[in-house]
Amino acid sequence: MSTAAPLLKVDDLRVDFRTEGGVVHAVDGVSFELKSGEVLAIVGESGSGKSVTAMTLMGLTRSPNATISGRAELGDQELISATDDELRRVRGEQLAMIFQDPMTSLNPVYKVGDQITEQIRAHRDITKDEANDRAVELLKAVGIPAAEERVRQYPHEFSGGMRQRAMIAMGLSLEPPMLIADEPTTALDVTIQAQIIRVLKDLNEERGLAVILITHDLGVVADIADRVLVMYGGRVVEAGTLEQIFYDPQHPYTWGLLGSIMRLDRPRTARLAQIKGQPPTLLSPPEGCHFRPRCPHAFNRCTEVPGLEQRGGSTGHLDRCWLSGEQKKTLRVMDSGDIGLEAPAA
Amino acid sequence: MSTVTADTGLQAAAVREDTLLEVRNLVKHFPIKSGLLIDRQVGAVQAVDDVSFSVAEGETLGLVGESGCGKSTLARSILQLIRPTSGSVRFRGTELTDLGRRQLRSLRREMQMIFQDPYASLNPRKRVGQIVGGPLALHGVASGDELKRRVQDLLERVGLSAEHYNRFPHEFSGGQRQRIGVARALALEPKMIIADEPVSALDVSIQAQIINLLEDLQKEFELTYVFVAHDLGVVRHVSDRIAVMYLGKIVEIGPAEDVYSNPIHPYTVSLLSAVPIPDPRLNEAREHVVLEGDVPSPANPPAACRFHTRCPRATEICSEVEPQLVDYGGGHWAACHHPVGRSAPGTATA
Repeated sequence: MSTAAPLLKVDDLRVDFRTEGGVVHAVDGVSFELKSGEVLAIVGESGSGKSVTAMTLMGLTRSPNATISGRAELGDQELISATDDELRRVRGEQLAMIFQDPMTSLNPVYKVGDQITEQIRAHRDITKDEANDRAVELLKAVGIPAAEERVRQYPHEFSGGMRQRAMIAMGLSLEPPMLIADEPTTALDVTIQAQIIRVLKDLNEERGLAVILITHDLGVVADIADRVLVMYGGRVVEAGTLEQIFYDPQHPYTWGLLGSIMRLDRPRTARLAQIKGQPPTLLSPPEGCHFRPRCPHAFNRCTEVPGLEQRGGSTGHLDRCWLSGEQKKTLRVMDSGDIGLEAPAA
Repeated sequence: MSTVTADTGLQAAAVREDTLLEVRNLVKHFPIKSGLLIDRQVGAVQAVDDVSFSVAEGETLGLVGESGCGKSTLARSILQLIRPTSGSVRFRGTELTDLGRRQLRSLRREMQMIFQDPYASLNPRKRVGQIVGGPLALHGVASGDELKRRVQDLLERVGLSAEHYNRFPHEFSGGQRQRIGVARALALEPKMIIADEPVSALDVSIQAQIINLLEDLQKEFELTYVFVAHDLGVVRHVSDRIAVMYLGKIVEIGPAEDVYSNPIHPYTVSLLSAVPIPDPRLNEAREHVVLEGDVPSPANPPAACRFHTRCPRATEICSEVEPQLVDYGGGHWAACHHPVGRSAPGTATA
């Protein structure tokens, strides 16, 4: 990795929401960096805070009931304290976001082309025709056939995969250096998912687009990411390169996550490794390590919150688990390529 | 070329002694209507088209395919929740398509369903006891204290606790709700459970819990499952046999490991290759077949082989002659003119 200044630097991001039931600590001290041209995957289950982290960077979680603190520097612009005007200039130009459900993200009563040109014309002083040509170009770049006709169509005339392509085209219209993709393929079939991942990969390789990919699918992560953040209960519990996370996982939650996937490339196991219990409620999260109640290896020290530090892993591989590197090596199950939280019951 | 008779669909469903469910030539077309005063039928969505298979007692049959391939319609037509357009569904030898609602109700004790969305499939205004006990009361199996005791047993059996009896669905997480749905399906001690995407709305770590639960229950109660899902990993894990559907047709059916390790139909091959493997080095080394284009509309499916518009192996014959399901040995059937890694049907078979 180069030593150049990171494209995006997030430092101790915290997001709390006041609700009827109390304060939800959705994001609890998240820090990370994104280098230019890098694909960073944020992995976690529902309620882990991965989407709230991304939406907060875009300024989409601002509300009277939200308390947001921390810093997020994108070039010389700080995003958390930015005014609405400043944010508006940054969005589209510096970072763009695509969402899980491409049908609800597109406006059904406007033509796809008009939705793309709207953003271009809001930021650039160009004519309608020029903007339209640009929209056609963008749709071609994301692999939409007959783009000249497609720009004049409505979202309902597009299939799910094409809508997601159109969303990507819209995100790229001002050529931002980074894109946040929040579960971009979760609503799509596997063959269409493969097409969309290929589009993102090509954009990353050919144009050097940096991507923050939010997903729960470790297969997609293995396919496209350079680095991975594993989130649990609002915190990053492990961070490292793709190789570090998949071949030398340090946090018991990551072991459990890797062990509970039903994998096509392995002989069928008699029984799946499972993580017992439920994810924590962020209204009253467990004291100390959030994974403690579900972790078979928890001990008394786990009632203190472990910091995100390099422990048993190699350089740059950080985790939040008190177990020593030696303990981790003996406790995690990695027999014959199998990864798991506990040895399967005999 | 075509030495295969039109009857092969029937052979694919060859009756075994322990056959519990037998589906023959099942068709479900949804009419497309148009017109102001007089409804004219202008077309039909061919959701399920001439599907035959059988399921043996204690077996798990996995149905896979992409959205719109007809797998959910098929599941519902088996239970007669949707009445099929034509064809036959036999359950323990009884023809279901001829039965009236009342007769079906008593048979439904033997066949239950688990639904995809644990939020939509539980009535939010009823307590867990009423939801799980509903089938018992409806069929007059139990009432009063006996009913309560049985419901509490069921709750404990699916990993909840007896105290949950008086709670409402909103007090539970997604995984727990799905356990309630499983308990309801088990209440009448059915022979067969049709599970329609039972884990796709759940998180990965919770999916594993529910899959393990379903497998334990199958052993304990000798259940037969028809397991519908789009996730190939999940289907492979639970299934003894797998049927792959594309646009309303079964294109390949066979023992799970056979279908996964030696797929015959090009669609199965590309479906398997599209699933990314959660192992960076293996994933890098693997060959990816990325299918171009989208699934055509089932209202106007391509002629002959429905996959020919997207198939990398398609030739002229694929758009002219519809391939029939052919036996490639060991109960592994596929409908393709250009099977992968085998000699074509009609030519000398190895």
